[in-house]
Amino acid sequence: MKIHEYQAKELFRKYNVPTPQGGVADNVAQVESIAADLGLPVAVKAQIHAGGRGKGGGVRLAKTAEEVTAAAGDILGMTLVTKQTGPAGQLVRKVLIEKGVSIKKELYLSIIPDRDTASIAIVASQDGGMDIEEVAAKTPERIIKVFVNPLVGIQAYHLREVMFGLGLEKDVMKPFGPVLKNLYNLFVDYDCSMVEINPLIITSDNGIIALDAKVDVDSNAIYRHADVKEMHDPFEDDPAELEAAKFNLNYIKLDGNVGNMVNGAGLAMATMDIIKQAGANPANFLDVGGGANAEQVENGFRIILSDPNVKGILINIFGGILRCDVLAQGVVQAAQKVKLNVPVVVRMEGTNVDEGRRILAESGLNLTNATSLADAAQKVADLVA
Amino acid sequence: MSIFINSQTRVLVQGITGKEGQFHTRQCIAYGTNVVAGVTPGKGGQVMDEVPVFNTVADGRKATGANAAMIFVPPPFAADAILESADAGMELIVCITEGVPVMDMLKVKNYLAQTNSRLIGPNCPGIITPGECKIGIMPGPIHTPGGPVGVVSRSGTLTYEVVHQLTEVGLGQTTCVGIGGDPVNGTGFIDCLKAFNDDPATEAVVMVGEIGGSAEEDASAWIKANMKKPVVGFIAGLTAPPGRRMGHAGAIVSGGKGTAEAKIEAMEEGGIYVCKDLGHLGRLCKEVFS
Repeated sequence: MKIHEYQAKELFRKYNVPTPQGGVADNVAQVESIAADLGLPVAVKAQIHAGGRGKGGGVRLAKTAEEVTAAAGDILGMTLVTKQTGPAGQLVRKVLIEKGVSIKKELYLSIIPDRDTASIAIVASQDGGMDIEEVAAKTPERIIKVFVNPLVGIQAYHLREVMFGLGLEKDVMKPFGPVLKNLYNLFVDYDCSMVEINPLIITSDNGIIALDAKVDVDSNAIYRHADVKEMHDPFEDDPAELEAAKFNLNYIKLDGNVGNMVNGAGLAMATMDIIKQAGANPANFLDVGGGANAEQVENGFRIILSDPNVKGILINIFGGILRCDVLAQGVVQAAQKVKLNVPVVVRMEGTNVDEGRRILAESGLNLTNATSLADAAQKVADLVA
Repeated sequence: MSIFINSQTRVLVQGITGKEGQFHTRQCIAYGTNVVAGVTPGKGGQVMDEVPVFNTVADGRKATGANAAMIFVPPPFAADAILESADAGMELIVCITEGVPVMDMLKVKNYLAQTNSRLIGPNCPGIITPGECKIGIMPGPIHTPGGPVGVVSRSGTLTYEVVHQLTEVGLGQTTCVGIGGDPVNGTGFIDCLKAFNDDPATEAVVMVGEIGGSAEEDASAWIKANMKKPVVGFIAGLTAPPGRRMGHAGAIVSGGKGTAEAKIEAMEEGGIYVCKDLGHLGRLCKEVFS
């Protein structure tokens, strides 16, 4: 679960990771008042989850009161489009106002779980403030990785490896070591799937300040972090995805016109792929889970149909534990309730499949039976063509 | 022959009296699995159907000689259950539970490295040696005993699809392993490939991967260097948008890494027959394996 920069910085302060002085505002007057308290210059930063805010015009430095007002007016309420938001962009509802800091050097620092080594990886670079993926691609030698065994935790030599790797001066090492250690503790204590600071600033008087802050907490561990759960910003989620989550459905909206409903994530992805191969485009990813019942299918239909682009629906269920006849009854009931207005192709396989197909065929609904996966994809592609 | 489990495997179920645990234990017993014990703390001394229930794994193992555990406990307790089984000396631990925190799994995986226990999962359908032993939630009847194909996969229902197609074209299976869709799991592709390579009954392997991480790339390199048997591969997620978790916690393309394209390329480089049309995977296997 992602949180905003200002929320991440609250966690940083709790763990003694220094951040610039600042405050959050959702209107221009409030921005002006915070800026006046802090003293100029200030940075005004759009609070959305996506990265690349600076390039999209969502971060401005203001040296005068007029510039503060102008920046606040421009950024609050803007639809910020960045590399990560997609073309639709994201509406900016809050800004973080921060006191300017004197920058001697910008570094990059992040902590992530490393799935290959089952360790916790500290990633650092002297090339702070840049797109780290670009640095990794062009100059991989400028990125340091230090792996920590989670059973042992961070040791002094890990800190030394990072600091010497970054070529830090002795005076900078003194504050840097504790900051890194604190950040590691935050990462572990809060079950993070990522903590990233880009840039991490060395100030002109050799202090360390996290100018930016990204924290992503493992959704599977949210149950043990009530404070982070409260930070969730529903405005950052797609409304249909939020609605789906209420019914334990895993839905991701895409931009095609073939809606699809599948049991199991792997099969759902493969179904999207086969729709594309048949010449159409998937409108969504929707995993109804292993034990999908009539209610799940009904909610799945409603969510898929809330997307006006959907011109046809493919249901692909591999009935194992979930019997095909039970599923077919669910599909028929749900289709009657939601008043289907697009053609539906159903492909099911597995336990009691013949009975399931009979139920669909006799339902009198606009349902097309498919005999195989390949057949199903072709039928639905033809229907929307 | 088979890998990891066979008709001699003696299974203990952790969380046997829960809804899921009960249902799937019955399904496994109906399939022929030798379920010898169950564990639910506080319910020791009871009996679930004819299976004796114990308070701890250690008690259950001591009393019944169980050597494999199947775990159905909720995510907050899964790591604890895995560690309990490992410390009780279980040779194989199959964790079905979905939603285990990554931090828990990081610790579990490092701990297990110091023991003799093999973990399959979490967030997986389990493992089946058709006709002999099923430890998991997969539908039994779609499988065909006797080999010659071994199956290893990160997915659940997608594996059923693959197994179903194999059965349809007349190819039986030695063992099918669902290694799970989480970013940090126990047994990986290479562990299974090694075992299939050494199993005389397995003549060919189907490997099913998906976007995220680099397990398929690593496995492809291993296959190129070591595999003596033909491998057919499939990767799900060509149309998955970057930066989004596609249902499975581990299925995410991030920072341009873990794409389906890169995995398919690595597989082809490793000499794997890549199936690009899931609808005809069975047919491709028939062609390649005969």
